Amino acid sequence: MSTETFAAMRQSVIDGASSVSSALARQSIELGIDPIRAIEQGYIPGVNHVGEQFAKRTMFFPDLVMAGEAMKAALNVLEPELERRGEKRQMLGTVVIGTVKGDIHEIGKSLVAIMLTAAGFKVYDLGVDVPYDKFAARAQEVNADIVGMSALLTTTMQGQRKVIESLDRAGLRPQVKVLVGGAPVTRQWAHEIGADGYGANAVEAVAVAKSLMASRAAADAGTAS
Amino acid sequence: MKPRLQLLDKATIARILDEALQLLQVHGVKVRAPEVVEALASAGVQVSDGVAKLSARVVERALESVPGKFCLYDRAGNPAVHYGGDAVHFDPGSSCLNILDAGADQPQLAQAADLVRLVQLTETLPQFAAQSTAMTCDDAPKEIGDIYRLLLVLWYSQKPVVTGAFSAETLRVMLELLRAESVGQEALRRHPRAVFDVCPSPPLNWGEFGAINLVDLARAWVPAELISMPLAGAAAPVTLAGSVVQHAAESLSGIVIHQAAQPGAPIVWGGAPAIFDMRTGITPMGAIETAMLNAACGEVGKSLGLPTHGYLIGSDSKALDAQAGMESGMAAVVGALSGINMVSGAGMLETLACHSLEKLVLDSESIASAQRLARGVNAESSSLAVEMFAESFAKGGFLKLESTRQLFQSEQYLPSQVIDREPLRVPGETLVSRAHARVEELLTSYQRPPLDQAAEGRMLAVVAEHAHAAGLEGWPGITTVEVTK
Repeated sequence: MSTETFAAMRQSVIDGASSVSSALARQSIELGIDPIRAIEQGYIPGVNHVGEQFAKRTMFFPDLVMAGEAMKAALNVLEPELERRGEKRQMLGTVVIGTVKGDIHEIGKSLVAIMLTAAGFKVYDLGVDVPYDKFAARAQEVNADIVGMSALLTTTMQGQRKVIESLDRAGLRPQVKVLVGGAPVTRQWAHEIGADGYGANAVEAVAVAKSLMASRAAADAGTAS
Repeated sequence: MKPRLQLLDKATIARILDEALQLLQVHGVKVRAPEVVEALASAGVQVSDGVAKLSARVVERALESVPGKFCLYDRAGNPAVHYGGDAVHFDPGSSCLNILDAGADQPQLAQAADLVRLVQLTETLPQFAAQSTAMTCDDAPKEIGDIYRLLLVLWYSQKPVVTGAFSAETLRVMLELLRAESVGQEALRRHPRAVFDVCPSPPLNWGEFGAINLVDLARAWVPAELISMPLAGAAAPVTLAGSVVQHAAESLSGIVIHQAAQPGAPIVWGGAPAIFDMRTGITPMGAIETAMLNAACGEVGKSLGLPTHGYLIGSDSKALDAQAGMESGMAAVVGALSGINMVSGAGMLETLACHSLEKLVLDSESIASAQRLARGVNAESSSLAVEMFAESFAKGGFLKLESTRQLFQSEQYLPSQVIDREPLRVPGETLVSRAHARVEELLTSYQRPPLDQAAEGRMLAVVAEHAHAAGLEGWPGITTVEVTK
């Protein structure tokens, strides 16, 4: 029974069918399926499939976004159940993300947030036109692993440097990694302002976020040994 | 007759405008500048939580006061760009960060010297009626990037300028700079030298500095150019028609804000609408649908009797190659046949991220060819061929006719050596090598237009304080001799 349900969950994400994914989540609770298994064996394989097909250019941005929405709809049902049971899902990491002050461009940032959520990160999306210090304040509050910043204008990309300075002042660096992106942003710019990673697009941003977490885990392991 | 490209019939334009008004009335437009919101409210616009809902009457009233035409002037005070009607002009694309040098694999961050060379090249090319502040220079502090690039363009060119500010504060300095060159506000108002691009954020949003800049430009009587950028499928409806509706709504809202600040101030129905590539997330400026969007948006503006602008001729290719030629050439034809008053974008590669001087000269050939196409087939003479045949039989060939000698240069556009029409192959020669040779030839021929010393002093004085505060040392792109003379 679980196998069929997991396959249906996977397919609901691939189809971007939020109403189906949330209905299946409710059904799985009624059937007594472990929510963590539902997420990991049902929904995440769907997200991974869409990501792989997107990379192969056989699925497209609308598929990606709608898959993310379907995943979110399922999580909205399953996470309260996890909380009720006193269980916690192992997240890849916690990300605070936003478009920096003076910039109200939303698409790129939101795509990255959706993709990170779907990939298993806990994401706090601060929205657009976010004051510089708010990134550090929120990162401190939620014990973030990564701060992600988007900027679409050559002027507002200066704000990414100011956010890093703000993180420094708050004493959050280097444990909080910084990931930057946006149309005028380049790898060179990321390096210049002291960011830890740069994503040219949403898929790359997720890969970089995963690798930042992996390198931090390796560093922690090194410290521990 | 002159050939025209028409994508929309009257009924469709009426539907587009009707739906645009519906969007403005029902959803309204978010304005993130409290002082602009306040001004709109006191002008009778219904505003709630920063969202201005614009009635048809409010929009109509704003449209009534917009001038249908105006000119940009060159430094000598001659009208050089005619906004309004069917006049078509071209200028290089703007605001990129990178330059691709001839033969290089990778672009480099643009420096002031690169912008200077591009301005000088543009000055020599008659296909460009205007300059643009084409690049943000890496060796000028970012805080004054917009001011500094305008200084360089004004320093080296006498053509009108398509420009834009990065903030409300820097706009004020840029206006000061223009006044310093034009000898005062009244001269600048009578003979505007520059038009400023001002961008709403799709969908239906005016950011703080965009809205404030619209108001400040209106009050200064310096022309504003609305750059609505619906991205079909991502930040706008996926259909071309739906994106044109959004463009119309955003542009109408800009006109309301602008005319509320100063009725009668000049403003352009412009834009950079584009599709959104669902595989890569880029906005392909070389796509035919992007060109179609620009043409269609221009048609809507023309139906309202407004001056128009579009963003065409940029390519998505990373190099000066066949793709770049194909995309930019097709778009030049669309621009020329659409009767869009100002077509921006020439010289650009990599989806507007990069300029190339070699591409600018290739694009100038595309533009010249498109301009020739737009002039159409001249059939105004009393005899089309019979008289020439009679004379030819008498003289022994068409090459012996005076009419042939007189008319061939107006009948045929003669491209520069960038376009290969040589009968024999030249070993090792490529489009890039020919374009590069042409660039060097034109740059050698460039002579700086005279600018009186007092004006130079005033301009440098305007920029100096801000440059110093931003930590700029020296004047990148301006030689010491010029500064101290």
